[in-house]
Amino acid sequence: MKKVTFLQAQREAINEEMERDDTVFALGETIREMSTTGIWEGLITKYGEGRVLDTAISEQAILGAAIGAAAAGMRPIASLMFVDFLGVCGDELINQLQMTYMFGGKIKLPLTIVAGCGAGLSVAAQHSKSMFGWLMSVKGLKIAIPSTAYDAKGLLKAAIRDDNPVAYFTHKLSADQTSEIPEEDYIVPLGKADVKREGSDVTIVSIAYSVTRALNAAEKLQEQGISVEVVDLRSLVPLDKETVLESVKKTGRLIVTTEEPVTGSAAGEIAAIVASEAFDYLDAPIKRVCAPDTPIPFSVGLEKTWLPDEEDLIKAVTEIV
Amino acid sequence: MHIADTDLHMLGANGIVGAGIPIATGAALASKVRGTKEVTLCFFGDGANNTCRYHEGLNMGSAMRLPIIYIIENNLWMVSTRTEDVMNITDLSCRAAAYGIPGVSVDGNDVLEICEKVGEAVERARNGEGPTLVECRTYRWRGHMEGDPQFYKPQEEIDEWMKKDPIPRYEKYLLENGVYTEEMMNELKQKMLEEVEAAVKFAEESPSPSPEEVLEDVFA
Repeated sequence: MKKVTFLQAQREAINEEMERDDTVFALGETIREMSTTGIWEGLITKYGEGRVLDTAISEQAILGAAIGAAAAGMRPIASLMFVDFLGVCGDELINQLQMTYMFGGKIKLPLTIVAGCGAGLSVAAQHSKSMFGWLMSVKGLKIAIPSTAYDAKGLLKAAIRDDNPVAYFTHKLSADQTSEIPEEDYIVPLGKADVKREGSDVTIVSIAYSVTRALNAAEKLQEQGISVEVVDLRSLVPLDKETVLESVKKTGRLIVTTEEPVTGSAAGEIAAIVASEAFDYLDAPIKRVCAPDTPIPFSVGLEKTWLPDEEDLIKAVTEIV
Repeated sequence: MHIADTDLHMLGANGIVGAGIPIATGAALASKVRGTKEVTLCFFGDGANNTCRYHEGLNMGSAMRLPIIYIIENNLWMVSTRTEDVMNITDLSCRAAAYGIPGVSVDGNDVLEICEKVGEAVERARNGEGPTLVECRTYRWRGHMEGDPQFYKPQEEIDEWMKKDPIPRYEKYLLENGVYTEEMMNELKQKMLEEVEAAVKFAEESPSPSPEEVLEDVFA
């Protein structure tokens, strides 16, 4: 075992996958600049600019070219910096990633979109989004977001090896998180949730940095004698509803927290699944702990109010336990 | 609607104007990363020239010196809008200058001229010299979609362009130069006709997909 940060974990994943499969290559905006500080460090030097390509700020060209290269047999990793910018290549996302279905399974698109998501750094409405619910409505796209360095490496390797488009996001506040990871090759399969903390009174289902917030809340609630189970979905598509349902059947109470405005959120979809499939096991109404229905504010104070955090979770738990 | 044939490396007609440009650019990028001598031909209409994808794709193709030929089929009509009413240039290949690549406009109804100019572009692409923009000036006889009554087009314009039909024109060339005899030509036409009729028959006689197929192929 060895200790790695979130960034190191991603860098290892990309390096190892580029090493084992020469159809894997990367393209995207600011790859070269970010290579000195971020996940691309050392990769341009090692693989050359023919396999790690710094592009213009052209989201449509980046994602469109990734689609074309994938259809032509490559495994591109398209770097788009921030989830917010996916709106710029909205057509590629909602109309072009669906080639597999449109062409009767004759074309596969093994590509990975990497981007940062999440608020908490006061970078305002255009660089802080998560848009999980919005992205879940895109068909033919898998979505994976790790909350630990261990999952960051394993999910990214699974995403690169997957024969479908996978959106792989990392929350900005997770960057310094560290994990013990094995020396040898491992993957974290897409569509497999992880119970990050076992408990018996209430289930908190979450993803991305909200998992960390849920674990912090669980720790504080333990002091009040409330036992919280924290389920980290790790991927939104495919969604591991079995693990969620199993946990709810055990605790009888559910809180879903995702960092996005509540209307149209991923949390709403998960709440609906549990209400439909485990209604008889519920001892209290399901609660969604999300953000208010507003753009993300710039002001540090307002952003803190906007974010669904530990205090919001503790309040929600104490209301239903 | 969205025909594709991956066995022929044909990545599909696109329902969104301009969307094929970055996708084709990506196919050319795949060839470059793999280090093969493949060349991508990217076809789009005059309508696609004013989408942001045109700019992003041509810039990427040019900056990365990708083996791709961007071919504009300028048929003078964007759905029901006359191209000259919404573009302040007549020579669509002039935009190549903005990307630092060669641009050429050809008679889109002249098979041989297209073959020559695209052939030169393919040669350039294979030599690692990057993309070329080729504008083929032609005309859209039919509507934007089947059932389009084309009220927006003057009949004289359609009649005029139908006289410039590239098929009889090339046929004439082949006969005059002794490449084909009248008999060979008729035989070829008959063969093509039978192939198309057989394809139509196959399509009409094929069963509709079963309801459970609605859930198939969302993922590979």
